[in-house]
Amino acid sequence: MKNEWPLWEIFIRGQHGMSHRHVGSLHAPDAEMAIKNARDVYTRRNEGVSIWVVEANNISASSPSDKGPLYEPSESKVYRHPTFFDIPDEVGAM
Amino acid sequence: MYAQMVKSEATNDDPEKLAEFQAKIDADIKIEPKDWMPQGYRKTLIRQIGQHAHSEIVGQLPEGNWITRAPTLERKAILLAKVQDEAGHGLYLYGAAETLGVSRDELTEMLLDGRMKYSSIFNYPTLNWADIGAVGWLVDGAAIMNQVPLQRTSYGPYSRAMIRICKEESFHQRQGYDAIRKMAEGTPEQKKMAQDALNRFWYPSLMMFGPSDKDSVHSAQSMAWKIKINTNDELRQKFVDQTVPQAEYLGLTVPDPDLKWNEERGHYDFSEPDWSEFFDVIKGNGPCNTDRLTARNKAWDDGQWVRDGLLAHAKKKRARHLAAE
Ligand SMILES: [Fe+2]
Ligand SMILES: [Fe+2]
Repeated sequence: MKNEWPLWEIFIRGQHGMSHRHVGSLHAPDAEMAIKNARDVYTRRNEGVSIWVVEANNISASSPSDKGPLYEPSESKVYRHPTFFDIPDEVGAM
Repeated sequence: MYAQMVKSEATNDDPEKLAEFQAKIDADIKIEPKDWMPQGYRKTLIRQIGQHAHSEIVGQLPEGNWITRAPTLERKAILLAKVQDEAGHGLYLYGAAETLGVSRDELTEMLLDGRMKYSSIFNYPTLNWADIGAVGWLVDGAAIMNQVPLQRTSYGPYSRAMIRICKEESFHQRQGYDAIRKMAEGTPEQKKMAQDALNRFWYPSLMMFGPSDKDSVHSAQSMAWKIKINTNDELRQKFVDQTVPQAEYLGLTVPDPDLKWNEERGHYDFSEPDWSEFFDVIKGNGPCNTDRLTARNKAWDDGQWVRDGLLAHAKKKRARHLAAE
């Protein structure tokens, strides 16, 4: 259909101190209306203290087929985790 | 259910990819929008989620019918909030369907011209206030039966929409039960109205789960793909077992002379609804099919200038903004 409103992805900060989290999407003519609609759709029960809206076609995403090349290299680098190292008990908490 | 008799599509894909896909589903790994999926999976999901979304939207009509005539200001505010939730449910589900490559306007058009269906239950009228109680109690109650297991469905966006919906749904059923309880415990006339509402909504509620699907190939495929979790009969039985004691508490009688507890099975035995009535309603011959589609078409047409106007305004604003830079 010719005149469809663009799609917006909605991110909500649930409580102060937390990051914004993706909660869903909606259609709106512009950012201002997207925020108003997001208020009505996603925060009717105190679910949020702040809203971000991003037009969906402005989001770039990694491709599922790149999963191997992107994430496998980190699997072999166990020394990046603190539990890789044995610290003698005598040294105390570290 | 909200999605009844969803035909599943045959799939014609590379057997190796299919096996890989099925292994993911069997391991409870969610399928996400950009992942490879069989054509049949995609098409069946669009049909099922779309039908579910349409049901949420059309389902606002029978209840919206009583917003201005609710008996108290408090009941009115509650019903308004409930109906507003249903609009949100429709939106979450359209959003999930859109991730499969169909637009919301396309889905809306298919509802408006009758190519897509919505649940048979919303083609029954709400004649009085007791019906609003019965709808929340029975119709939302039946919806919950189906939606709770669907939170575990294999398609990520659908599963997340169901989780969000289920959080809101319990309020719907409880406000309905509370409303009908007030009437069942009221004057003899009010109690009679409550009983009458139960009489009229009982079998249509049982029909919501769809006909027995024991022998259906479609539902076997959908279950293998985890876009259907339980059989229609399982859910219907669960609904009856849960609802009968609730009716007893109200002092109301379920309109089924053959209803009785079966000690051996540990379930109630009950009568099947009249399936010829169900197929008739699905075909478009229920008491309110024409009304519902007329109302949706009118809302869409009447809203055209608002949609166009807001979009024109947004474009103008953006152009002005760019010129100023
Ligand atoms: Fe709903
Ligand atoms: Fe509901």
